[in-house]
Amino acid sequence: MFRFRFSLTPDGAVGAGAAPVAVPAGARAEVSRFLPRALLAPAVVTLFLWMIVPLVMTIYFSVIRYNLMQPGETGFIGLANYEYFVTDPSFWTAIVNTLLLLGSVIAITVFGGVALALLIDDPFPGRGVVRVLLISPFFVMPTVNALLWKHMMMNPIYGVLAQVWHFFGATPVDWMADWPLMSVIIMVAWQWLPFATLIFVTALQSMNREQLEAARMDGARYFQQLRYLYVPHLGRSIAVVIMIETIFLLSVFAEIFTTTSGGPGDASTNLAFLIFKQALLNFDAGVASAGALVAVVLANIVAVFLIRMIGKNLD
Amino acid sequence: MAPKAPITAALVGRTVAAWVVTLVIFFPLGWLVLTAFKSEMQAISVPPLLFFTPTLDNFVEVQQRSDYLLYAENSVITSVISTLLGLAIAFPAAYSMAFFRSKWTRDVLMWMLSTKMMPAVGALVPIYVLAQTAGLLDTRLALIIVFMLSNLPIMVWMLYSSLRDIPHEILEAARMDGATLWQEFRRVLLPLGMGGLFSTGLLCLVLAWNEAFWSLNLTAAKAGTLAALIASYSSPEGLFWAKLSCASFMAIAPIVVFGWFSQRQLVQGLTFGAVK
Amino acid sequence: MAFLELKGVEKFFGEHRAIKGIDLTIEKGEFVVFVGPSGCGKSTLLRMIAGLETVDRGAVYLEGRDITRLPSSKRDLAMVFQSYALYPHMSVYDNMSFALMLAKTDPALIREKVERAAKILNLTPYLQRTPKELSGGQRQRVAIGRAIVRSPKVFLFDEPLSNLDAALRGQTRVEIAKLHRELNGTTIYVTHDQVEAMTLAHRVVVLRDGQIEQVGTPLDLYYRPNNQFVAQFIGTPQMNMVAGPDVAQFESSLSMPVPSGGYLGLRPESLTLSAPGSGQVQGRVELVEALGAETLVYVTTPGGTQLVARQNNARDLPHVGDSVGLRIDTAAAHLFDSHGRVVAPSVR
Repeated sequence: MFRFRFSLTPDGAVGAGAAPVAVPAGARAEVSRFLPRALLAPAVVTLFLWMIVPLVMTIYFSVIRYNLMQPGETGFIGLANYEYFVTDPSFWTAIVNTLLLLGSVIAITVFGGVALALLIDDPFPGRGVVRVLLISPFFVMPTVNALLWKHMMMNPIYGVLAQVWHFFGATPVDWMADWPLMSVIIMVAWQWLPFATLIFVTALQSMNREQLEAARMDGARYFQQLRYLYVPHLGRSIAVVIMIETIFLLSVFAEIFTTTSGGPGDASTNLAFLIFKQALLNFDAGVASAGALVAVVLANIVAVFLIRMIGKNLD
Repeated sequence: MAPKAPITAALVGRTVAAWVVTLVIFFPLGWLVLTAFKSEMQAISVPPLLFFTPTLDNFVEVQQRSDYLLYAENSVITSVISTLLGLAIAFPAAYSMAFFRSKWTRDVLMWMLSTKMMPAVGALVPIYVLAQTAGLLDTRLALIIVFMLSNLPIMVWMLYSSLRDIPHEILEAARMDGATLWQEFRRVLLPLGMGGLFSTGLLCLVLAWNEAFWSLNLTAAKAGTLAALIASYSSPEGLFWAKLSCASFMAIAPIVVFGWFSQRQLVQGLTFGAVK
Repeated sequence: MAFLELKGVEKFFGEHRAIKGIDLTIEKGEFVVFVGPSGCGKSTLLRMIAGLETVDRGAVYLEGRDITRLPSSKRDLAMVFQSYALYPHMSVYDNMSFALMLAKTDPALIREKVERAAKILNLTPYLQRTPKELSGGQRQRVAIGRAIVRSPKVFLFDEPLSNLDAALRGQTRVEIAKLHRELNGTTIYVTHDQVEAMTLAHRVVVLRDGQIEQVGTPLDLYYRPNNQFVAQFIGTPQMNMVAGPDVAQFESSLSMPVPSGGYLGLRPESLTLSAPGSGQVQGRVELVEALGAETLVYVTTPGGTQLVARQNNARDLPHVGDSVGLRIDTAAAHLFDSHGRVVAPSVR
């Protein structure tokens, strides 16, 4: 997709110029160049195909007329598919929804995750159990997650949230109907909060304890420690969390499919769902491909921007 | 053993806060588990029941639905085989990059990472068309291939980093002891790398099992996995929450437990080693 | 014919010439120590002999055979690594018998050899344990045991004592010396600690920046260093180096003048404290380190030169701030020119 430019740190030896090429540490001097490449080949070849073939096909489909129900009628139509996709009344809503979903979940998981990680960083009774319980939502299947929330939690009559609302004397909210995007955001955030928390907990473990002690002896109070020590240290893992979540959240699909089907109307349609609708509900592969490329471009923009931020931190 | 921390107000405060937050977050899941043991009437009772006589009826009913077992079987087969296949391809690649590092190694790893960054929806149409053309729609083979390809970058990264953790001096010692490349591999590297293989496999098993995007789009009645089944779960009788909870519980329980054991791998694998 | 010979051996890391043309011969049964500061290339050189690093130029001969391109597994050399590099998944017995097992040796013979080595190293009660269950010192002995079981042509030790605490280090040093006397194996031992070099070696090779500075017996290097680097590297505390204006006050008592821009080298034991006003040099006491068996007195001359004098007891110690005189054993003085080369080695 895009080339990464990182400065290489020599690992052992990098042969160059007039000097004889040295063998890297740990490697056997007598092994030919062939073996390592042969071992690497299957993985590289399969991933290369996995990357190239869909990409090329998508580009091809996006410029022809191709309906899955009438596969015979094809023809080059230039950028008509793109035009069609972009002028879809739901297009901008989908983009906005996608970004809203992405932004909200990231915000919730990063702030929540950091707060939680700081809370459970120092030992307290039952910490082991807490960690196990906290991580659980992440391993729940997205479809189970969706239905769990849709029925057991958010159902306006029988759901737990409705009961809670009742308890406080308020009228229960009909989540799916009135706040569809928010419902999806809640579900997805619930699922990813543990992931972020786990990452931050791990990162905090690697904090230099002596540095904290030195700061304490220098008279730093908790909030000062937070600002000058914890947050900078967490900076890198926050960046990583944002990057990883962006990659996965751009494709949020199962939750929407299972609960709101993008509705009511297009209130909870995101880019992925819009593409799906075109492809497998309207069977218009051409338009769907155009949309897919839009999604890929969007993903690239976001990822490149983030990669550059992370690139300095990574290794 | 470190001396126990003094019981201060701060400690109590933190403990209470941590437990309250944890219970709130875990609640939906806990509720799901409880509901699996309720009758349908109890499941929709207002106010919600915390204490009730548990019943195992749901478990029996769900399993009697023939498609539940089929879908469960599909989940097992697709996730296990795709993981094994992926490991078979990823391990040699990781070995090659860990021990025969060249100036391309860094770029190759980064490139593999980038293939994972492509949103799945970007490949939906071509993969669907390919599957359709090859007659692989609604087959387990299609899922196995797609799951494997999705997880391959993660597998390579994780195996690479666990192989790099093996001190190279131990392998050098084997060489000094007269081991050929094969002997070095079989008697020293493989036993030491087994842990990494296992934990990588576990994590990818979890990821494949939970995979819903491709299951929902590429399969129908024959090759669907549990993820797809749950999505369409409804009952002709109308009330189905308890059975849904039960089916869900059975679908997620082993994986959540596996997940508990693969926390560390999760962090390393999904952050591509950026967070240790 | 020498047992092990290095001819013009060189190594490059990228553009950097790490090992610059080493020529060395080692006789059978010799205990040779490679010593030098960090980064001097001693470990690299050892690894090149072992076959774990490639030799870019030059050749290595073992018993007359050119082994330069031979893989490590075929060289019949045994190495004791700094980190011990034991196989964590194998018992002590399996660790020690691994090489023999690979060579398809008869199991009864393997058992005999392993048990013999274990007895020498006091490892017999630990044969079934795994490395995890052993202390640092025990692991180190297993690493040594793994080497001696094979009866290799040459033993290679890569800083084996650096991971041990001070007490254990001294003890193990003595054991290694005894072991060598018993087994009489040709040994190359790498260390940055010159005390280990002095006590263990038949001959010492001092390395700096990938080059040999001097080769000789320990006492040779101590009393007849070829250059300033070796003179200051060997011997602790370091040899006193006098330069500049202060040289003048010494010169009158020397048999030859100090070369211009050069240095005068004086070992601490060649300086004796005397009453102020007597002796060749005057100075003020800055610091007194009383170690019990000997005392080190740091004296600063009016010219600003700091000298360390060694006194063989703890009696009649001066106090900080006292004025003292220093008597110099001029016959034991070393003279170095401005390039650090020795001019007139002292004669003892």
